[in-house]
Amino acid sequence: MNYEVIVVGGGHAGCEASLACARKGHKTLLITGNINNIADMPCNPSIGGSAKGIVVREIDALGGEMGINADKSHIQIKMLNNAKGPAVQALRCQADKITYPKNMRETLNKQENLEIKEALVEDLIVENNKIRGVILENKDKIYSNAVILTTGTYLKADIMVGDTRRREGPHGEKPSNHLSDNLKKYGFKIIRLKTGTPQRIDKNTIDFSKTKVEYGDSIYHTFSFDTEPLYKIEEQVPCHLIYTTPVTHKIIKENLNKSSMYGGLNDITGVGPRYCPSIEDKIVRFADKERHQLFLEPESLYYDDIYIQGFSTSMPHDVQEKMVHSLPGLENAKILKYAYAIEYDAIDSLQLKPSLETKIIENLYTAGQINGTSGYEEAACQGLIAGINASLKLENKEPLILKRNEAYIGVLIDDLITKGVRDPYRLLTSRAEYRLLLRHDNADLRLRKLGYKVGLIDEKRYQKLLDKERDIERINETLKNNKITPKEEVNKYLIEIGSSPIKDGITLYDLLKRPEININHIKRFIYLSSNQDILQQVEINIKYAGYIEKANREAAKMVDLENKKIPIDIDYDNIHNLASEAKQKLKEVRPISIGQALRISGVNPADISILMIYLKKEYNYEHK
Amino acid sequence: MNDTIAAISTSLGVGAISIIRVSGDDSIKIVNTIFKGQNLNLVDSHTIHYGHIVENEKIIDEVLVSVMRKPKTFTTEDVVEINCHGGITTTNKVLELLLMNGCRLAEPGEFTKRAFLNGRIDLLEAEAIGDLINSKSEKARIIAINQMQGKTSNMIRILRKKILEVLANIEVNIDYPEYEDILVMTNDIILPKIKEIENDIKEILNNSENGKIIKEGIKTIIIGRPNVGKSSLLNNLLDEEKAIVTDIAGTTRDIVEGQILIDGILLNLIDTAGIRKTDDIVEKIGVEKSYNLIEKANLIIYMLNNNEEINNEDIEILNKIKNKNYIVIINKMDLDNNLNIDKLSSLIDQNNIIMMCINKNIGIDRLKEKIKNMFNLEKLETEDYNFLTNARSISILKETLILISNIYISIEKNIPIDMVEIDIKKVWELLGEIIGETYQDELINQLFSQFCLGK
Repeated sequence: MNYEVIVVGGGHAGCEASLACARKGHKTLLITGNINNIADMPCNPSIGGSAKGIVVREIDALGGEMGINADKSHIQIKMLNNAKGPAVQALRCQADKITYPKNMRETLNKQENLEIKEALVEDLIVENNKIRGVILENKDKIYSNAVILTTGTYLKADIMVGDTRRREGPHGEKPSNHLSDNLKKYGFKIIRLKTGTPQRIDKNTIDFSKTKVEYGDSIYHTFSFDTEPLYKIEEQVPCHLIYTTPVTHKIIKENLNKSSMYGGLNDITGVGPRYCPSIEDKIVRFADKERHQLFLEPESLYYDDIYIQGFSTSMPHDVQEKMVHSLPGLENAKILKYAYAIEYDAIDSLQLKPSLETKIIENLYTAGQINGTSGYEEAACQGLIAGINASLKLENKEPLILKRNEAYIGVLIDDLITKGVRDPYRLLTSRAEYRLLLRHDNADLRLRKLGYKVGLIDEKRYQKLLDKERDIERINETLKNNKITPKEEVNKYLIEIGSSPIKDGITLYDLLKRPEININHIKRFIYLSSNQDILQQVEINIKYAGYIEKANREAAKMVDLENKKIPIDIDYDNIHNLASEAKQKLKEVRPISIGQALRISGVNPADISILMIYLKKEYNYEHK
Repeated sequence: MNDTIAAISTSLGVGAISIIRVSGDDSIKIVNTIFKGQNLNLVDSHTIHYGHIVENEKIIDEVLVSVMRKPKTFTTEDVVEINCHGGITTTNKVLELLLMNGCRLAEPGEFTKRAFLNGRIDLLEAEAIGDLINSKSEKARIIAINQMQGKTSNMIRILRKKILEVLANIEVNIDYPEYEDILVMTNDIILPKIKEIENDIKEILNNSENGKIIKEGIKTIIIGRPNVGKSSLLNNLLDEEKAIVTDIAGTTRDIVEGQILIDGILLNLIDTAGIRKTDDIVEKIGVEKSYNLIEKANLIIYMLNNNEEINNEDIEILNKIKNKNYIVIINKMDLDNNLNIDKLSSLIDQNNIIMMCINKNIGIDRLKEKIKNMFNLEKLETEDYNFLTNARSISILKETLILISNIYISIEKNIPIDMVEIDIKKVWELLGEIIGETYQDELINQLFSQFCLGK
């Protein structure tokens, strides 16, 4: 059997990777351990969130599937940070855990050039450091020109509850026992990570009257730039908010040594995520906090499981019973699935190129949790990029590398390959230096052209973008070219909406700069023939022009340094005067540009000067 | 495109003229903005022009400016050299103005580096330059750390921590909006915090004693009874070749009689108008006024006569100066000893007593050594970048104050907090630059240690 691309793993990374390759016309095989678990959501039932929601928009802008699929599959959606500035707003939805995978499976099944096979991959076929295919558990060989590994948490997965450790993946699935050992054999550094998931509760046994209801938004939203809302606002399903009680804390403190993480198991090496510690972690680390917030999130319309966000634990089952019953409204709750911690192998992401191709084996790509990240969105965007770049490589084209000022996806991948990972990596807005440029609202303007260039955005969607750009420019000009004068009615209206009267004529453009004036107020003075989306773009660009300009200036400095490339064959041992720590780090990361080199911790500006002098001398490198 | 760099390219304090070199695409434009004279944008290449460096119409220095357009310059970029005449204080002020107007302070060796990278210098020199940059920046780093040690850097560290907590709180609100137990930062809440931060920065600017000393020199007074040898000491220190006598009014509020450079440390002798003439400042202006002078001074040199016993007035003044930087000189060691040294030692720190015989040139070296040690600036010597480091710190601090004034405007306009935060973050980063801490992940770490977040 021969394929152009094999994708190993059917999670969120694998789905995007295989769709991207197949859509770009490459014969692709998706191998998954269990076809029924394709696009599964083993942890929380939500897509999006701060920063992550913007990633979903970016995936959509580049021609990926996650946004479209989430639009088809959610039971509640809201815009986060609505009261804050446009830079930090992001969508979050409660995705239905039955519908989401089902819709994704249908898309995969319908996709031309894509085949799906149920099997476990045990080894790779490698010739002269180049990938040739994979070897299955039954020793069957399947050949291909490129392979993308998106194995999630399944590499040597251990589920841990109290003092027990079982070799299995989420849902009791069979883990992959040999692949990570084989990767080690080829020269990959393997790290061990851990995460966890909370209990699922039967919703019929919860007294919701003791909780605070959290509704979805009352205006329509979509993740995708191309879909119309498929839901009804009034049919959205709410979430519920509760808090832990002093009794909960007492139970946890008394049983701390039974938790896998606190003595129940003494052979834990995995490093857990800082951003989502287990409830016992929170109670130990934040001992003076009287209560912790928990969300009760519905998993699906089609079954009764309620997910307790914030209550992940590795306590034994009997303690979990007591803990759950100490929560308000859950006194008589029935636990349908117990919480657990999971340990798994991942590769050291410093061994990746910015294209997500591995430095060790040519045409081998990795994406998702195998690279040390956490989260469906983080996985999906890497899958998309790996799929695009594997395809471009087969087409003999330059890879798509997004910069830190172009996309959160760029921030994520650059962090992975430059800083490496110690605990599972989650995207945060705080990780982005230029987040004012990386907004929810402008993801299409930032990335659609790139999606079109790589061939995942069709002509129709591309034309729509060009129309949008023209419209924005037109409205902008209209506002610049039209003035209002201090007539009585004008000033009366301005005072009415809480602004101050004008003394001289003022362009609508300048009027909109006033913080209290929005684009809808402007409509009072002039007819603006455009949809809200376009008007919003215009408004943001005018209102925050000063800040955006500043961010662009900072970004330009960064891009300048990114454009100073470092030859791939550079031998750092030949550079004298380089501090030994810097030399070691540079050898490990092998940055592609001076800009990337500067972001490596332990490499200081003096080292960079020496490096640049060396480049000039050895490569006649231009300092431009 | 290269940014425009500037630095003082002559050793400070040696010779009366200092040259500031500016190189880069905007060098002519930037110098022109602070230069009153011909329009430098229009002059021919490789020409020299007379004029003044001005700040808000006020003349800072009388200068000669050489304009050299690329490519026939040292760096092959546009280069401007400013010949300053006003001594260290004004040269630093001119450099500061350049930095405020868009120049970046050159790193040690950066002009040479540019010359090299632009193909101006032989490739074979590469290794040597590498060594140079390495050693220079290492030294610069040590000096920067030494210089900032103690109070100021600690203040900056505490201040950054304060800012970091505000930042982490704003960030956590953004990244975890659903956490209702966490304080939601608003412009109203941060306003007093920003005020506090602003005050701290202003205090650092004012209190940065080291900074002031480097920038303006050590305010020094020499006092003592008539005929104790004050003018002999002064004349001895005022080695005419090294002395920089400035008479530019308004550079400092105090009247500076003269400046003495001791191995790179600048002593400003303040209000010593009387010393040379009447030889008795205490008698002339009275004890009351000399107390005021003592309050203002960074260094008090109190002179006693080996031949005379300590009187009550001496004791009173010694008590007054013992909480300041002071040196007590017992002069005329060649005469009979009538001064009770034990009694003196019981009043002040023995380590601060120096025996001298100025007429025979005995003890001068020890005095100089003592001054150097006292200000912990032995590393300063006459290397240029010590002063530069400081001009840089001060210009960074001033930049943070500009940002803070922007923050006030934004808060007033009710700009969303995540936008206001951009400037707050920049203040935090700039302060980090001063003390050499710019570690992006610090914020992420703070986020997770300050707040309890989980799934």
